[in-house]
Amino acid sequence: MQFDMQGIRKAFGATQALDGVDLSVASGEICGLVGQNGAGKSTLMAVLSGALEPDAGAMTIDARPYAPRSPIDARRAGVAMIYQELSLAPDLTVMENLLIGAEPTLTWSRVPGLRSLVPGLVDWRAMRARASAALAQLGHDDIAPDAIVGDLPVAQQQLVEIARALAIGCRVLVLDEPTSSLGRADVEHLFALLRRLKAQGHAIVYISHFIEEVQAITDRYVVLRDGRNVGGGATADATADGIVALMVGAQASDLFARGARQAGAALLEVAGFEPGSATFTLHRGEILGIAGLVGSGRTRFLRALFGLEPVRAGRVRIGAYAGGAASPRARWRAGMGLLSEDRKNEGLALGLSVADNLTLSRLEPFGPAALVLPGRQRRTAAGWIARLAVKCSGPDQAIGELSGGNQQKVAIARLLHHDVDVLVLDEPTRGIDVGSKAQIYRLIEDLAAGSDARPSRAVLMVSSYLPELLGLCDRIAVMQRGRLQPPRPAAGLTEHELVLDATGAAGRS
Amino acid sequence: MTRRSLVDRAGTFIGLVVVATIFGLVVGSQFYAPGNLELMARQAAIVCVAAIGMTVVIAAGGIDLSVGSMIALTTVAIALALKAGMGPASAAAVGIGAAALCGLVNGILVTQLKVVPFIVTLGTMLIVRGAAKGLAEERRIEAPFTWLNDLLRTQRGPALLPAGIWAVVAAALVIAAVLRYTRLGRHVFAIGSNERMARLCGVAIPRTKIAVYTLSGVLTGVAGLLQFSKLSVGDPTVGVGAELDVIAAVIIGGGSLTGGRGSVAGTMMGAAIMTIIQIGCSQKGLANWVQQIVTGAIIVAAVALDRVRSAKGR
Repeated sequence: MQFDMQGIRKAFGATQALDGVDLSVASGEICGLVGQNGAGKSTLMAVLSGALEPDAGAMTIDARPYAPRSPIDARRAGVAMIYQELSLAPDLTVMENLLIGAEPTLTWSRVPGLRSLVPGLVDWRAMRARASAALAQLGHDDIAPDAIVGDLPVAQQQLVEIARALAIGCRVLVLDEPTSSLGRADVEHLFALLRRLKAQGHAIVYISHFIEEVQAITDRYVVLRDGRNVGGGATADATADGIVALMVGAQASDLFARGARQAGAALLEVAGFEPGSATFTLHRGEILGIAGLVGSGRTRFLRALFGLEPVRAGRVRIGAYAGGAASPRARWRAGMGLLSEDRKNEGLALGLSVADNLTLSRLEPFGPAALVLPGRQRRTAAGWIARLAVKCSGPDQAIGELSGGNQQKVAIARLLHHDVDVLVLDEPTRGIDVGSKAQIYRLIEDLAAGSDARPSRAVLMVSSYLPELLGLCDRIAVMQRGRLQPPRPAAGLTEHELVLDATGAAGRS
Repeated sequence: MTRRSLVDRAGTFIGLVVVATIFGLVVGSQFYAPGNLELMARQAAIVCVAAIGMTVVIAAGGIDLSVGSMIALTTVAIALALKAGMGPASAAAVGIGAAALCGLVNGILVTQLKVVPFIVTLGTMLIVRGAAKGLAEERRIEAPFTWLNDLLRTQRGPALLPAGIWAVVAAALVIAAVLRYTRLGRHVFAIGSNERMARLCGVAIPRTKIAVYTLSGVLTGVAGLLQFSKLSVGDPTVGVGAELDVIAAVIIGGGSLTGGRGSVAGTMMGAAIMTIIQIGCSQKGLANWVQQIVTGAIIVAAVALDRVRSAKGR
């Protein structure tokens, strides 16, 4: 079975996620799909697997038109997506998972149309036999059909997921970062399986951030950047350096006008911190960036540093405070504030007003004792709304009604209202429009530079958008598979080097 | 407070006006006579004061199914205290204290065991009911007659209304002010709207939740005191299913079981709507089953209307 996608376009609001992408994979071929975070890989695969409808473009399977309206549609047409987060029912057995929605039944009607209308009794014997056959076909009869899926190791769960796709007749498989939670030996087993499936004539799309994996398993590779095809070819002819060069491209970073900043006293010292294996010092007037792949442990490190996730080891000194693990409350008190990467689920309460969202961490100024006088709270919020040019009808508007960029400004204003010295920003410009982005860049620079009224602060930021890190930061550290490398001055770094570091492809080509 | 919560309250108010008008037309103008209004206020008082506490619990994203049992325990505790020779004021304090203790235990269990409040309070509902029956040895407890029995009695003279009703009004004003004008109130809505954000912002979540459940316990204790006043005995079987009336009042009043929304004014109106239906139906001579169907329909309609409104708000 072979599929072909031509000129696929998809926009989300003002963002053109896919701008005329082509991809075709033949039967018996493994094609690697690579690109930086946000290059459009996931969107393209969502279109292929029926989760998104493209704005324009044509798709065919075996030269027949293919336009799935849902993932179920796509599966019926033979296309299955194996996601990073497995979509299995953990409390059910392997065979139930394999044949979910297609359970063999003891029907008394042989008329196919009636079969779904008649409430059938499950034919457990046939179910076990079919599940065993499907697992044997994969070369994994070591997995018992009666085992509870939740009890299996992740690698075997992944096999069940793949077996399910094959059991319902899928011949096109899309694997999205399949090795992210696998150990070394399991990766080898998976690769062996993929080679067998290839030999059986399946068409496989393999998405990975790890260039070495793409080189090890794929026949061909396709590189996306900013929603466009920017290159590709036979994997055998490519070098890691060449692939990274295509992923990065040549980009100018003139959005950023770096002002003169003076690094002052140390504000944040982190030593031997786990998770993250982090050791660094952040100074007043400094912006330190953390680069790395999505899932490399950047967010986990920031959240643990702020007390939202368990700390396994290490010491932290913030201003006058010194210690290890602490609650978010203690972190705020010590002068540290966190901007969450997950604005909707953690950063903001969408049903509450702008004023409540902005001031929640510090309500003390709004009245004596435990009182919060709404007039004072509203005035303070209105002040920040004006200073950061937040577009809203006023402090009482529910924040869920604002655009993403304006929501983000309010989330940042919370740190300013609290007047913290150390700002920890996780993806500060994710999902916001270009205009708001530029304003937030300027704001971050102003905060680090300080003014006559307010001494400079320190900023620790994570971003998946490398031009942003290179343009803003004084120093950049790369998070690689859960370990934070020592920070290096940003002036001497290029996107190319950062991608090589992050993907672990440095030192080979 | 956002503009949304004003809209919520307007919706409940319109519902109240419609229900009151319909029953006024059906029953006749004597429906609005002062004596009848006072009758309805006396009828509503018990559910109302417990529902004020439940409003805070629901706004914080919780639920308390044990309030019916707590009312029974309170009546038993007061009767036992009076029988043991305590003064009426001390006996009332013992009753309310017992309910407050139940609320405290609910709060501690919810925050320390990290079990959802529905399950925790389903358990304590049975435990507290059992404890009330055990204390009373499964009998009604006769108690000497004191001024506690006059709390819901019609007043002649300057007081205008029974003392118990004034107590409900005072509780409503205090809790409305706490929700609106204190840090605790803002933290309650923050936790109910998005607990993860509240944690990120350094809100002391366990402490706030324990305070909320204890506060609800105290107000339920007051409801139990009013119930005792009405019965003049300690009855371990009273208030079965009362938690559902209490929750219904909060929901009709614009509270959301997913948390983050609810107001004392709305809850009071919700309790008023339910009482008008109850009294109106019985004064019209309609059977109890009619009244139950109407109340049930109002609950479903209130939540359905709320869905439509919040869908438009997005």
